[in-house]
Amino acid sequence: MPFNQKPQKFSAKINTVTIGTGDKAIALGGESVLPFYTFDGDIENAPKVGVEITDNGIDDTVPGIKAYYDGCASVADMAKKASEMEGVDFVVLTLVGGDPNGDNKSVEDLVAIVKDVVAAVDCPLVVKGCSNVEKDAALLPKVAEACQGTNALIMSAKEENYKAVGASVGLAYGLNMGAESAVDINLAKQLNVISTQLGVKADKIMMDVGTAAVGYGYEYVVSAMDRIRGAALSQDDATLQMPIITPVANDSWNVKEAVASEEDFPEWGPREERGIGMEIMTAASDLVSGSNAVILRHPQSVATIAKMIKELV
Amino acid sequence: MALTGIQIFKMTPKKNCKECGSPTCMAFSMKVAQGAVDISACPHMSEEALATLADATAPPMKTIKIGAGDAEYTLGGETVLYRHEKTFVSRPRYAVALCSCMDDATIDAKLEGLKKVDYERIGERMYVELIYVNYSAEDGQDKYLDIVKKAAATGRTLVLECTDEAVAKAALDICKDGKPVLNGATAANAEAMNAVATEAGVVLGVSGADMNEIYDTLAKLEGLGNKNLVVDVTGADVKTTFANAVQLRRAAIKDGDRTCGYPSIVKVAKLAKDDKYLQEALAALFTMKYGSIIVLQDMDYDQALPLYGLRQNVFTDPQKPMTVEPGIYPINGADEASLCLTTVDFALTYFVVSGELERSGVPCNLLISDAGGMSVLTAWAAGKLSSGTIAKFIEEQVKDKLTCRKLVIPGKVAVLKGDLEAKLPDWEIIVAPNEATQLVKFLKEMA
Repeated sequence: MPFNQKPQKFSAKINTVTIGTGDKAIALGGESVLPFYTFDGDIENAPKVGVEITDNGIDDTVPGIKAYYDGCASVADMAKKASEMEGVDFVVLTLVGGDPNGDNKSVEDLVAIVKDVVAAVDCPLVVKGCSNVEKDAALLPKVAEACQGTNALIMSAKEENYKAVGASVGLAYGLNMGAESAVDINLAKQLNVISTQLGVKADKIMMDVGTAAVGYGYEYVVSAMDRIRGAALSQDDATLQMPIITPVANDSWNVKEAVASEEDFPEWGPREERGIGMEIMTAASDLVSGSNAVILRHPQSVATIAKMIKELV
Repeated sequence: MALTGIQIFKMTPKKNCKECGSPTCMAFSMKVAQGAVDISACPHMSEEALATLADATAPPMKTIKIGAGDAEYTLGGETVLYRHEKTFVSRPRYAVALCSCMDDATIDAKLEGLKKVDYERIGERMYVELIYVNYSAEDGQDKYLDIVKKAAATGRTLVLECTDEAVAKAALDICKDGKPVLNGATAANAEAMNAVATEAGVVLGVSGADMNEIYDTLAKLEGLGNKNLVVDVTGADVKTTFANAVQLRRAAIKDGDRTCGYPSIVKVAKLAKDDKYLQEALAALFTMKYGSIIVLQDMDYDQALPLYGLRQNVFTDPQKPMTVEPGIYPINGADEASLCLTTVDFALTYFVVSGELERSGVPCNLLISDAGGMSVLTAWAAGKLSSGTIAKFIEEQVKDKLTCRKLVIPGKVAVLKGDLEAKLPDWEIIVAPNEATQLVKFLKEMA
């Protein structure tokens, strides 16, 4: 008696978004099956892996990250080195230094770094803001101008500043926009609706629906993504059919398990291994919940997640 | 599949005798269909009808118990494919793999090593629940039995992988009281293994070349009357294994195929042998999607901390928030004179706040009062976090234990400051920033 396999193929489809230009351009989304359900139908575009650097460089407290970028003199050097990492599909530049509560770097300084990075890398580029909505509203339009012609993805468009960001990124320069919401299907939908009303094309929007490190309220992430993917595929909700990109690194490397020193918790072992474990497990969980791309930091995590994706698709 | 009221009505005696408490057989049948009344309330049902009904109302996935005493675990019994549809009920259990092909030193090191990971997180003990013991024929029966003995002596529940009936029987003679799983049934030996497992009273694991063969063997074993089964879905590669795990669960829950309604075994250790990092990725993957027993090569803290955290999150009931015990939590080596901060008992809030406090390096006491497991603003709106609740908690549980009289309250409930100053006259009330991420800066500036 054979096993009665009932494929679950949906008539709806996730949008396809292309980032970058030329040979190295990547396509995200396009599938009409659940994540990695290759037994139900083809997965047109395998999920992609990005590596994150910031305008302040890299996290040199982690030996493996420091060693990888050894010899890089500038952020542009690091970006180039990052683009050559095993398993990497795109490079992410997070402009963390722009935060008024932090370094409060000027828009001009940050845009200069973006320009250097654009010139240095030939792989698709993703730029994230500084997480302060007012500063990002001023910063990201300038970033979009600097990225003109690269078909980059500019993230960090939130409900508070999507007009300023969307008008420049999506309308003026025709780049891809990353719509950022906080782990909630309704917030994600709302931002997609108002962004498309503004005139940003649906196939130029990626969703960043947020994540948490595993163990830190991750159940909300699972359920938000499950429901978003469910609505997109089984209910054909066009306002939720954007592919999802998830910044994993920041949450993973900032929880206690990845921060506490070995001196304080000797039984836990080296901090670096714990951080990698957090990053890998959060990324794997995000991908199986519906992310089409994840943003990581450690070369080991990047290689491992790229390998997992290759094995599954 | 659930029966409709009409289908049940056809099986009733249709006498309208009212002995069940319902006015008519039809009314009774409708109530049974809704689950409001148990079928046994009718004294006139035939045995045959009862059996049909019991079968029809049985859950789509069986609940399988393994282990004994404190080391007993429940697998399966799931009713949904996604946690938001209702809740998941049985968390996966993790095993460390041993094999009789390993030398004694390795075995001893692994048995010793798996005891290291043992800690508590939000009221749940985190440790390696299971030991997986693989039989390698060329190393002989004696060595295998020796390892089974050693593994059983740890008190952990065992999963024996062995397709040789004689060896399996001998191994079960050693450890059957601990109710291990015997992962050994294949298409070739199903009858013989079934006899070994049922005689010892243990759960039998089924494996096969592909899903068709597995399904066949499951059907055969069910035909022999054994429904105490688990399925080893591990295939030749990751892709096949994931496909097997998902399709088995989906066939049971979505398509109602009860022959598929058994928990699974996923041998991550085999799929990513000697690649610790890929094992981490796969352990997370199968924790998310439908692994019941997940076998790893080793379990150290760097794997355990994220993995057990993930499991704890995914397997919480969406209708019940995770909470931490109310009390005083000293951070960064705080003593009785250290600064006091307070927030709610919602686990997520606690973790975010305590994480930031730890990062600040400032010694302080985090005071957690009972706020019904809600976040700060929700608890405040619901009256679970008020100047009254905080003052009462301080008076009853904090005042005598700590000498510090400075209390930092969450920025989102800054409105409580005045009231608290009135209720706790000898305390200085300080308002924290709105977001936990601003705490490090705030504390450093205060200190």
